[in-house]
Amino acid sequence: MRGPVFLARRGYRMRRIRDLAKMLPFAGIFLLVLPMLWGRVGSDDRTTTTDGIYLFVVWGGLIAAAWLLSRGLRDEQGLKDES
Amino acid sequence: MPFNILVLAALSYVFFLFLVAFVVERRAAAGAAGWLRSPLVYTLSLSVYSTAWTFYGAVGYAARSGLEFLTIYLGPTLVFIGWWWVLRKLVRIGRQQRVTSIADLISNRYGKSNLLGVIVTVISVLAATPYISLQLQSVTLSFGVFASATSDGWAKPDRDVTAVWVTAGLAVFTILFGTRNLDANEQHTGVVTAIAVEAVVKLVALLTVGSFVVWGIAGGVGDILDRIDASQIAEWQMQPSRWSGLIFLSAAAVICLPRMFQVLVVENSDERHLATASWAFPLYVMAMSLFVVPIAVVGLERLPAGSNPDLFVLTLPLAEGQGGLAMLAFLGGFSSATSMVIVAAIALATMVSNHVVMPFWLSMRPARAVPGDVRRLVLLSRRLSIVVILAFGYFYYRLSGGSTALAAIGLISFVGVAQILPAMLGGIFWRGGSRVGAAMGLSIGVLIWAYTLFLPSFGPDAVISAQVLAEGPFGIGWLRPQALFGVTGMDPLIHALFWSVSLNTAAYCLGSVLSFPGPVERMQGAAFVNAFDAEGTGPRGWVQGESDSEDLLVMAQRILGDDEALTFFEASARDQGKAGYLPDPTPAFVDLLERRLAGSVGAATAHAMIAQLAGRTAVSVEDLMAVANEAAQIMEYSARLEAQQEELTRAARQLREVNEKLTQLSVQKDAFLSQISHELRTPMTSIRAFSEILTEGDLPEGVVEKYGGIIHLEAKRLTRLLDDLLDLSVLENGTVQLNLGLTNLHEMIERALAAASHTRPERGLIVHRDLTREDIFLRTDSDRLTQVFINLISNTRKYCDADAPELRISVRRKGGRVTVDFVDNGSGIPKEKQAIIFEKFARLTDQTRAGGAGLGLAICREVMANLGGTIGYLPGQWGAAFRVTLPLRLELPPNAATV
Repeated sequence: MRGPVFLARRGYRMRRIRDLAKMLPFAGIFLLVLPMLWGRVGSDDRTTTTDGIYLFVVWGGLIAAAWLLSRGLRDEQGLKDES
Repeated sequence: MPFNILVLAALSYVFFLFLVAFVVERRAAAGAAGWLRSPLVYTLSLSVYSTAWTFYGAVGYAARSGLEFLTIYLGPTLVFIGWWWVLRKLVRIGRQQRVTSIADLISNRYGKSNLLGVIVTVISVLAATPYISLQLQSVTLSFGVFASATSDGWAKPDRDVTAVWVTAGLAVFTILFGTRNLDANEQHTGVVTAIAVEAVVKLVALLTVGSFVVWGIAGGVGDILDRIDASQIAEWQMQPSRWSGLIFLSAAAVICLPRMFQVLVVENSDERHLATASWAFPLYVMAMSLFVVPIAVVGLERLPAGSNPDLFVLTLPLAEGQGGLAMLAFLGGFSSATSMVIVAAIALATMVSNHVVMPFWLSMRPARAVPGDVRRLVLLSRRLSIVVILAFGYFYYRLSGGSTALAAIGLISFVGVAQILPAMLGGIFWRGGSRVGAAMGLSIGVLIWAYTLFLPSFGPDAVISAQVLAEGPFGIGWLRPQALFGVTGMDPLIHALFWSVSLNTAAYCLGSVLSFPGPVERMQGAAFVNAFDAEGTGPRGWVQGESDSEDLLVMAQRILGDDEALTFFEASARDQGKAGYLPDPTPAFVDLLERRLAGSVGAATAHAMIAQLAGRTAVSVEDLMAVANEAAQIMEYSARLEAQQEELTRAARQLREVNEKLTQLSVQKDAFLSQISHELRTPMTSIRAFSEILTEGDLPEGVVEKYGGIIHLEAKRLTRLLDDLLDLSVLENGTVQLNLGLTNLHEMIERALAAASHTRPERGLIVHRDLTREDIFLRTDSDRLTQVFINLISNTRKYCDADAPELRISVRRKGGRVTVDFVDNGSGIPKEKQAIIFEKFARLTDQTRAGGAGLGLAICREVMANLGGTIGYLPGQWGAAFRVTLPLRLELPPNAATV
């Protein structure tokens, strides 16, 4: 571990945004794999359309999250690099 | 719709793409690429991921397996939103190492091994061939759809003829724009922009058809949802193994497919574009899949049973009489197919020429000779490779008969390229990954893939006999291609994926752990894994001085071209501070040149070519050790220098102090000399004067005696002064002979008081003493110590300015030391004078001159120093106060007494 222990507020925020960007795919995996645990299609209100709507909503949410994060990360990328 | 209009439309579309690519190349050459290098174009170019397979095939896939087609897009979505993990590093490494293809990446990482380059190239070509044939098939099929619908007398064109024409057309386009130049960065701005245009066309086409289906045929979103639930698609059940397995598979494929690697890493012009692509590319594929299920559902409803669901995108508008829409859909599918084929052909041709043709050609040449224009050779080999690869695709299409469902072929290819994943991820995250491990993993993975999935895909009895499929080779049941090791309950695709990737990974890890990587490999491993730490500061792979700059220039000219090579050499020479075109062949320069060449012909080939000139293939461990030793020596040397410098600084400081002291001493000496001459002169003057008077004679009786007395007195004073001086010099030199003995302090003080009473006997002095405390026996030189006491007491008698002088002598014993204080009741010594009273000839005033030369206290100080004690002025008492401190028992150092 190199670098200073304490960072200015902005630097600290950038690092947490980076952490969030690293966590996002795992959240995505969890949400996209979740339907496997549901009951059979056709029972308990589970239909192909509800599955489809769920998947597209999750998908849209992930894209929106990636968009928000990329705005914070783009400037940093290519200018300076973390270890 | 007339077929000839369709052909015309297709041709003019291709012409339009030519124009776009041509204009862009011209603009880029003029340095006005501007927005062409924007994140938008980059993101759109990534859409080569969605090929005709996804354009046409997704609908067919949905018609057969419901929502499962989404997995093909969800995997890439996860990879892109997690770009900070893998993509960012891949792009950075690609730029640092000037990677030309995925085979180059793997070969470069594992010690520039050409063997790995060949293996990856073979895997890629094997996996891409069915994929390319799939594109040809879809274009041919779509032509066929229109042809069958014509009624204007045009004969339905022969499918094979169509396929030949399509293949040839694609080959021409790819050669024209994919191999125009041997760019150092291996980037093709024109092609990329044309691909981006095609991406827009296919998105617009699919969205338009989808909107038509949802709002034109069905009654809006609510209605279409009802229809979906009512259709056969609603019966689809999610299979957990396929669902998760396919998400993993597509995620692996999106970074391992040669064409994706080409647009993602090789064609990347700015790392920041990745940030935009991280959300824009998932958005693109989501838009592409939004209307897939509605189209499939409505197609199943409307079209006659038995229609090919893979072509619903095309047949549905046609059946509804929407000729224009069908045309748009056709162009969309055409775009998907052509963009994939063009990029894949470029990527594969680069790999084939860099890893198969060039090494082969180099090995045919005698060493140290690179005749002819290598550029032309490389370009020619690439063009031939493109033709050969497309021909492979065509023949696969002819052989397979174009009957297999589109989705199945695509997934087989995916599993094939996924074999590269362990070596790639291991290469960029694990320094321990080695060439042996990568070769083992790749070979085992590709063998299992071929055995369990690729060869059986040709159908029973095509390559693998039906009997082997059912019972295993030689009747060994646990070797059945689709039930390896007795695993029977799995879908064949997932079965193949599971076994190939897991055994591949296991072989890679084991091979890496058990083998020992060579030096180049270890350097590359460090450079890849620590790509973000330092830009190009890795250890050098070349040794100094074995290659000749001119040879290198000749070779570079043949690969980079005359102008570019000269510019590069001139710039390097300038960096080294040399004029002209020939820089010194330093290891740094050779390393830089190698990377530059690697951008054109791949790392392994560039390494081999430079090795021919430099005379050795790679550095040895000994070389590295030598470098390390050198570094260690330099560090040691600099540490020594530092120590020396410190020592010098210390010495200089000491010298300065000594010099100051000397200067002071010199000043003191001058003062002393002038003082002493003054002191000597005064008595001498009176002696001379009075003796002159005496020699004149004729003097009254009493005067002679008086003058003789004065002369005697002055001579005594002179003698005393000289005695004192001599005494002081002896004391200061430390050559005094001490006469040690046991003496009572009380007696010494008594003696001192008695002796001092001769000084100004007319003044009375009251002495306060504590007799009991004085009763201490000391081992010291009693005569010397008494001398000090006499001096102090007579000083009091001389200088105490009180009307009734009093002196208090107090003795105290503390540990092994004794202190004797002499305190009088006078006005004391002013503070500013306290520091100098122990100096020679220091006299406070001249008013009470009593014949002393001002040496008394100086002598006292020297005596006390010789007796192992001190004498000091005690401030803040009654009046003047001196403290004498001395040890109870004086132990002389063994050598001191004899001196």
